[in-house]
Amino acid sequence: MPIRVKLLYFGQARDASGMEEEEFTLPDRSSAAVLLGESSAAHPKIGTMKRSIQIAVNEEIADPDRVLQEGDTVAFLPPVAGG
Amino acid sequence: MKKNSPRITMTKTTIDPSSLLSEVSDPKAGGTVLFIGTVRDNSDAGDVDRIIYDAYLPMAEKRMAEIEEEVMRMWPVRKVAAQHRVGELRVGEVSVVVAVSAPHRAEAFEACRHAIERIKHDVPIWKKERLADGQERWVEGKAMTTAEEVTGSPRTETG
Repeated sequence: MPIRVKLLYFGQARDASGMEEEEFTLPDRSSAAVLLGESSAAHPKIGTMKRSIQIAVNEEIADPDRVLQEGDTVAFLPPVAGG
Repeated sequence: MKKNSPRITMTKTTIDPSSLLSEVSDPKAGGTVLFIGTVRDNSDAGDVDRIIYDAYLPMAEKRMAEIEEEVMRMWPVRKVAAQHRVGELRVGEVSVVVAVSAPHRAEAFEACRHAIERIKHDVPIWKKERLADGQERWVEGKAMTTAEEVTGSPRTETG
């Protein structure tokens, strides 16, 4: 049974994708890395920066091999610069 | 550890540093340090006209709260308050404020310094400079530390 997840783009990733958020339908047991691959396929500029992207799942930093669940909110976070 | 109910927020409106001083006011404090970060008119890219701050707000507020808890745990401070702006700021506008009150000045300085370094490096905030010539560029950042690392020992950084 496929899962649906929401993907949020921030900073340079927002410019690279041209959007703030996007919904993806993925095969069951897909990892965050799979989502990154799907996004890169849709937005080649995301592919060029994906090594620098940190992934958050439901507002916590997650490893790329984190298995996603139905309804998860994933965020692609470029290197941060506050202050 | 929430006994002092500090104010740690992200805000879309102008920050009033004096309101943070009021937040950390405490009769057991003998020293209070207030850090105010402002938009500078230049960077290594040239003359800066504006900075546009973007943030993942709910996660940023969580991380700010974790930083506050860490500071309260690591130093005998009385109260901590911090606010970070998002949106478009002109040169001279206040982008971030950290206020720390403590019994003595040493821990107030150290804790405030630690908090601002954490906020700069470990909160999901991004900034884009709009230069005087109209060009825009994202300020080069760094990867955040993980939640486990955030609960670790203090580190000092320049920059």
